[in-house]
Amino acid sequence: MNRYPMWKNILVAVMILIGLIYTIPNFFGESPAVQITPAKSTTKLDSALLDKVEDIFKQEKIEYDGVYQDARGVKARFKNTDTQIRAKDVLQANLGTDYTVALNLLSRSPNWLRSLGAKPMYLGLDLRGGVHFLMQVDMKAALSKAAERFVGDFKIALRKERISYVGVSREGETVQIHFNNAEELTKAHAVIAKEYPNLTLEESTIGEEKILKASLNLVEQKSIQDFAIKQNIQTLHNRINELGVAEPIIQQQGADRVVVQLPGVQDTAKAKEILGRTATLEIRMVDEEKSDAATLEKAEKGQAPIGDDVFKNRDGRAVLVKKSVVLTGDYITDAGPGVDSQSGRSTVNVTLDARGARIFQQVTRENVGKRMAILLIEKGSTEVITAPTINEEIGGGRVQISGMANTQEATDIALLLRAGALAAPMDIVEERTVGPSMGQDNINRGIHSTLWGFAAIAVMMMIYYVAFGAVSVTALAINLLLLVAILSMLQATLTLPGLAAIALALGMAIDANVLINERIREELRNGNTPQASIHAGYERAWDTILDSNVTTLIAGLALFMFGTGPIKGFAVVHVLGILTSMFSAVLVSRAIVNLIYGYRRKLTKLSIGQIYKG
Amino acid sequence: MELFRIKKDIPFMSYGRLTTAISLVTFILAVVFLATRGLNFGVDFTGGTVMEVNYPQAANLESVRKAVDSIGLKEATVQNFGSSHDVLIRLPVKTGVSVAKLSEEVKAALVAADSTAEVRRVEAVGAQVGDELYENGGLALFFVSLGIMLYLWLRFEWRFAVAAIIANMHDVVIILGFFAFFQWEFNLTVLAAILAVLGYSVNESVVVFDRVRENFRKMRKASVVQVIDNAITRTMSRTIITHTMTQTMVGSMLLFGGEVLHNFALALTIGILFGIYSSVLVACPIAMWLGVNRANLIGDIEKKEGGKKEVVVEPDPSEFAS
Repeated sequence: MNRYPMWKNILVAVMILIGLIYTIPNFFGESPAVQITPAKSTTKLDSALLDKVEDIFKQEKIEYDGVYQDARGVKARFKNTDTQIRAKDVLQANLGTDYTVALNLLSRSPNWLRSLGAKPMYLGLDLRGGVHFLMQVDMKAALSKAAERFVGDFKIALRKERISYVGVSREGETVQIHFNNAEELTKAHAVIAKEYPNLTLEESTIGEEKILKASLNLVEQKSIQDFAIKQNIQTLHNRINELGVAEPIIQQQGADRVVVQLPGVQDTAKAKEILGRTATLEIRMVDEEKSDAATLEKAEKGQAPIGDDVFKNRDGRAVLVKKSVVLTGDYITDAGPGVDSQSGRSTVNVTLDARGARIFQQVTRENVGKRMAILLIEKGSTEVITAPTINEEIGGGRVQISGMANTQEATDIALLLRAGALAAPMDIVEERTVGPSMGQDNINRGIHSTLWGFAAIAVMMMIYYVAFGAVSVTALAINLLLLVAILSMLQATLTLPGLAAIALALGMAIDANVLINERIREELRNGNTPQASIHAGYERAWDTILDSNVTTLIAGLALFMFGTGPIKGFAVVHVLGILTSMFSAVLVSRAIVNLIYGYRRKLTKLSIGQIYKG
Repeated sequence: MELFRIKKDIPFMSYGRLTTAISLVTFILAVVFLATRGLNFGVDFTGGTVMEVNYPQAANLESVRKAVDSIGLKEATVQNFGSSHDVLIRLPVKTGVSVAKLSEEVKAALVAADSTAEVRRVEAVGAQVGDELYENGGLALFFVSLGIMLYLWLRFEWRFAVAAIIANMHDVVIILGFFAFFQWEFNLTVLAAILAVLGYSVNESVVVFDRVRENFRKMRKASVVQVIDNAITRTMSRTIITHTMTQTMVGSMLLFGGEVLHNFALALTIGILFGIYSSVLVACPIAMWLGVNRANLIGDIEKKEGGKKEVVVEPDPSEFAS
């Protein structure tokens, strides 16, 4: 009665084997590495980069342990930190500003393990050091900004239709248009309703004045907010690239918050400065008068005339632009790729807000026939994306930038323009910084408490239950193995509370074994044969184990749902620990007991530490 | 080895009045401390800034205080933390100053005063984030209780569900009472510990209830009190051993886990100590007083299992008297 069918034994053995394979990477430790990622969103990631990196290493005679490419970029491992730092400098010098080279740590586990997808556990910031920011997007500002745009739009639309109005003003998130008579208001209502279907329009009268109130409906509000947070995340991505951080995490949390985690960052002041930086796009006039061949040649050598700056365009040729800035990226509310209806060529369509539109209209009116440069400032260097000639006065805040090579380039530049500025201001509402030495301390503390606790439990169990105690301890060790394996497989983030949860899971998991062992003793005391006692002990204890674990599971799931950050980390390990402990306490320990006792015909005594007889 | 060899059942239920009285007193005391002293909430909940600074030599608290004062943060508290080399600085939320900026200023001032200062940890939480956490914590507590009650109600009977949850809440309130009395810092990890205790402590009740149900089937002649006494006595060995093992683990955390895990382990320790007692000696009397008997526990199950329709009901002695 105490023999498992072959498949069950094999199942247990296979589970333990899988557990071993996926736990092993955690023991190999990490070796110094560098990570090369494209710095600009327009730079493509392909295998050419891999070859290039290998070539550079060969030329500079840098010894490396391995180079490989993943979804994010190229990574290379080294024997020691000296080579790592030299490699970083060499790579940065050779690859130029198109790529970000960051120091990183990579698992030292052999390739065959990596090919199985076995990676070490992902350590949270409290264990490896780094900084965590929670940023709040000011949605009210995003909506006001949108409303502000409508003020300008309405004025232009009404003027175009020759509808006379007294004034347009913004109050919070609504726009009010004032009229002298009801007739004009009706006409305006029809025009605006047709052009802006996403606005809720409302008519009212104050004294003699007729007012048309336009407000964003809920759908439109939501789409503006969604857009704002997406754009802000994109912008943060670009800015964080400048920091050269390996494996940053930038995630949306809730409707209006963004989590930014920068592992290994120590200079938090610099990180904050870069995250908070604004305006990475500028529009300036090209200095036509001084753009003769001789001056340009001089300028290319770095000698720009007074009052001018010299920047390179995409072909690498120098362009002279005036120092005074016409517009910055702050005024851009949207940018998207498009096609010019006349020429059929790719364009980038930029939308400016009302103030930007006014400035732009004025500048284009005064400078017809001249060239205007659109500059992109990335990583502290400035590049001229395009410098088109102004053909006519451009009003309405919708600017078409032509001269794109293809739709791909148009899409990329639109992305860059959008990415330059934040759609809405952001505040850091939560900051957690953990120094690297603190991280190592935390790991040691977590591991020490787990190991010493485990050792103490093992000794007590073996004294109290002898052979069955040893079986329980083995099951508990396998539980630890499986738990670590699953955490490594899922690449769940392990934090200090997570380590505490591992320890607690072990303390609680032993409960199932205690229940079983006590039951077996009780059956023996009632005079049952050893084989029958083992059988009954496991059978009867199962119901209790299930019930008590389900209730614990409920608590764990609620923790996961309502917890944030470290609490979530605790909950994940807690829940997984309950599941693995049920498997190991019941199936694994039974399999071992079966192997020990199940094949003995004449079993008169069990080694379960019983002194008294029934 | 065998520590528990109890031939006769211990009459736990006859001590019902005593144990309930003890529980009631501790419970009321805990509530009183909670009401008068309140919890000492950490930055996670209240918002504010906490910085841990390490010095290679014993820290000079006076000079640290001066440095913090120099940037106009008079309301800061500065104290030793763990060892004489470590200093903990707490700053409340200041309206109009971003949490991120504040820590940067303090860091600069500290390094200016003593260049060997190493900032090991900064936690700065905005007031609004703290408020939300407060709300989420309450919600988590509520849903955990609700989920556990529902499960127990489905699996056993409503009387057990109510009894178990009262016993559990009693544990939670007592842990909170301890934190209020000693003014230990109540932070996120403590909340996690409390929720873990909820799940853990209900384990206890479930193990006993399970045995009660089994006994009702086996001990057909026994009274409710006898059934419960027997169930508690028979599971006592397991209760003590399991708690000892879990407490060993938690004790190891208390010893080796460092300051960050200290309060977490502390909350668990109190939870485990009171969990042993309450889940058995509070939950069972309550279930009994709510009127648990063979009919409402076994009757239901046998009907569900479609077996015997006949339900054996113990004759009430009072019926014979009349």
